[in-house]
Amino acid sequence: MSKAFEFSVNGTAVSVSLDNEEAPLLDVLRNELGLKGTRFGCGLGQCGCCMVLIDGAPEKCCTRPVWSVAGKQIVTVEGLGNAARPHPLQQAFLDEQAGQCGYCLAGILISAKALLDKNQKPSRAEIAQALDDNICRCGSHNRIMRAVEKAATMMRAGAG
Amino acid sequence: MMTTPLPGPLSGNLNLDRWVAFPSPGKVTVLTGRVELGQGVLTAMAQIAADELDVAMERIIVRSGDTEKTPNEGYTAGSQSIQFGGAAMRQACAEVRALFLDQAAQILCCRTNELSIRDGSIYRKGLSTGQDYWTLASAIDLTCKATGAAARKPVTDLKCIGASIARLDLPAKIFGDSVFIHDMQIDGMVHARVVRQPNRGATIASLDENAICRAAKGPIEFIRSGNFLAIVGDDEATVEAASLAAASHVVWQNVEAPTATQQEANWLLQQPAVDRVFGAPGPNKPQGRKQFEATYTRGYLAHASISPSCGLAVYQGAKLTVWTHCQGVYPLRAALAKILNLDSSAIIVHHVQGSGCYGHNGADDAAADAAIIAMQKPGRPIRVRWRREEEFIYEPKTPAMIVKVRAILDEAGKPTDWTQEIWSPTHNLRPGAGGNLLGALALPIPPPEPPPNDVSEANGGGATRNAEPLYDIDTKRIVHHLVAETPVRTSALRGLGAMPNVFALESCIDELAERAGKDPVQFRLSITSDPRACAVIERVAAMAKWKADAPAGSGRGRGIAFARYKNRAAYSAVVVELSVDEEIRLHRVWCATDAGLVINPDGVINQLEGGIIQSASWVLKEQVRFDNGIASVDWETYPVLKFSEVPEIEVELIHTQDDVPLGVGEVTAGPTAAAIGNAASHALGCRIRDLPLTRERIMTALLKE
Repeated sequence: MSKAFEFSVNGTAVSVSLDNEEAPLLDVLRNELGLKGTRFGCGLGQCGCCMVLIDGAPEKCCTRPVWSVAGKQIVTVEGLGNAARPHPLQQAFLDEQAGQCGYCLAGILISAKALLDKNQKPSRAEIAQALDDNICRCGSHNRIMRAVEKAATMMRAGAG
Repeated sequence: MMTTPLPGPLSGNLNLDRWVAFPSPGKVTVLTGRVELGQGVLTAMAQIAADELDVAMERIIVRSGDTEKTPNEGYTAGSQSIQFGGAAMRQACAEVRALFLDQAAQILCCRTNELSIRDGSIYRKGLSTGQDYWTLASAIDLTCKATGAAARKPVTDLKCIGASIARLDLPAKIFGDSVFIHDMQIDGMVHARVVRQPNRGATIASLDENAICRAAKGPIEFIRSGNFLAIVGDDEATVEAASLAAASHVVWQNVEAPTATQQEANWLLQQPAVDRVFGAPGPNKPQGRKQFEATYTRGYLAHASISPSCGLAVYQGAKLTVWTHCQGVYPLRAALAKILNLDSSAIIVHHVQGSGCYGHNGADDAAADAAIIAMQKPGRPIRVRWRREEEFIYEPKTPAMIVKVRAILDEAGKPTDWTQEIWSPTHNLRPGAGGNLLGALALPIPPPEPPPNDVSEANGGGATRNAEPLYDIDTKRIVHHLVAETPVRTSALRGLGAMPNVFALESCIDELAERAGKDPVQFRLSITSDPRACAVIERVAAMAKWKADAPAGSGRGRGIAFARYKNRAAYSAVVVELSVDEEIRLHRVWCATDAGLVINPDGVINQLEGGIIQSASWVLKEQVRFDNGIASVDWETYPVLKFSEVPEIEVELIHTQDDVPLGVGEVTAGPTAAAIGNAASHALGCRIRDLPLTRERIMTALLKE
């Protein structure tokens, strides 16, 4: 008894047919749509590995049932940019070598994107606060915050 | 002919084709047993190979952790990958380069010393010869053995080594590619969750399959072998829902749950232990000499990797193939062979990257889970992904420890005799050390419990790691009580015993300096004759503009600490500046490190920064809580340092002319912990000797004053 759900992912309209309408958006992105960039970290809405933009707001999608995003616009890390056309945030993360294991980075990039969308010149404290919903266990925090500052500078200069 | 002794991993894997291959024109494959854990090892190996083979980095493909291809280098652990694995790679590449030069000289009828290699092409007196690695490859048998006859390049000729080359693996992670084991998708793959046996010996009293099926709301299948129970199905969300419901529909008996009393390090004092004393005899306390004694403790810690463990396996055509993010594919293969009654030759283990592990977490166990299930469903690829709370509850913990230091002092207050007495459970329950895989304990015939054992001093020690101060002290000894039985599995976490030992001894050194009325930097320098130790202490003091600080108890403080990891890897000194009201707030950290020959300076700095932040998190926040079971089950009950809580960090590397790299991945853990402790005691005007430095402990200490 499957049910269809329609929403948009990275600007493309998608329709998924599911038996389980309570399935988390994260599982649908990863297992139905093959978008593996959004990572599973806890399934409890605590660590931020699964952060996506839902209608422009950063949200953890491991606890978001798929029915609740019907009709909404989702942006995942794959929607930011790619190796050929990196988003300024991605370029800045590469420049600063901001990461160790890299498992948390997709979610952190989304949180940073949400911050820069509403605050083009965030202070270090504002960046830290915006990223407090994301956990980094390897200790790359300072590099990550430097990269976000750098991306903000690049975007103000028109690179983004 | 002069030969050099071969680095350990190379002497264990002598055939050069285990290290280097020329698979297609213009490409070089290098193979390493060391695996990427987020520390950048694959990039460093490519840099080493590029220099010793004289090829561009872009030509190099690095293969790692694969029982079919790569050398057996045991575990990627102990900050040894570059110091030993890198040395082996460097020598193997030098030997391959020499073989090709000999072959080219024969073909060109010239002497090898007329030849040189640039980006894989061979030149004679600077002119192209038309020969390169790939034209010669078919004539050279790389199955031959390393001899130690080939000379490595002198340090002054190195170009890639020493350069901050960008990490090869990072772009894919920043663009969200499928790079992690969790992202693997195999045709016909099914999802699985294990209903965990609470402890060895616990048995299933009853199981309500119908209730679990109702909760699953989709098709699932049960896999059972003794007390090993798993739920398998096509849809991950369905299997997850079933596994959550299973908690209420499976009744276990013979359950042993760790208690709140057992969570504290002091519980260890009353337990049976295997005792050892080694080092100088004594102590004999001369008449009239002063003595100082203090006891330091640390609770149990979790690795708390950001992703729960994951493992994949398929059993097909009498071959078991396993994909894992563990630290040692060969030891895992050996352990799987034992528990599954297979010959190791029937098992292939591939490493695939997971999240940072920092030691022995649930990775091996998740792979074993997948393997056990795969054996019961031949032909079906099985994917097991642990749940968050499963990782917190069942990953091996790093043990609680008690370290008691006794020092006999001379008239100036300097230590002349040192005893470091340690109570600790083991730091080594890796699967290769005795078939200790969680899923196997639930099988009809569980493997026997391994006897109490810890990492030998020859391998750097477990609980005794860094227990011996590097300072000039006439007589030193270690008393080790290996606590035989603990309520939770314990195993290796970044640095093993080094963090509690360095915390204890470097806290103690500060206490001695204070009693002697000496500045802690000057006091350390006055009892250190190792020039490399002095250099990092002096450098970090200069970086931090160290000076006699505000009066003790002013709420703000600075502390310094030093260690050489395992007394044989990198040297590091750390200064911390913090303030305390009810909680500790870290402001700045300075770190000076001597890592010998540095392969990738930015990579080393990244590792040092990471070690500082992780250690700060351990010291300020982390302890696994027990309360009729493990009570630290998620990020709210096991909080770690947040972005808004990390200090600014400045790291400098001491430039040396050394040809030998010294491992850095774990060196900052101890000095950071002790520097925080020393700074906090200065800020508070009193010392807290128990970790973590929680609000409760701070308030208690202040009330006592």
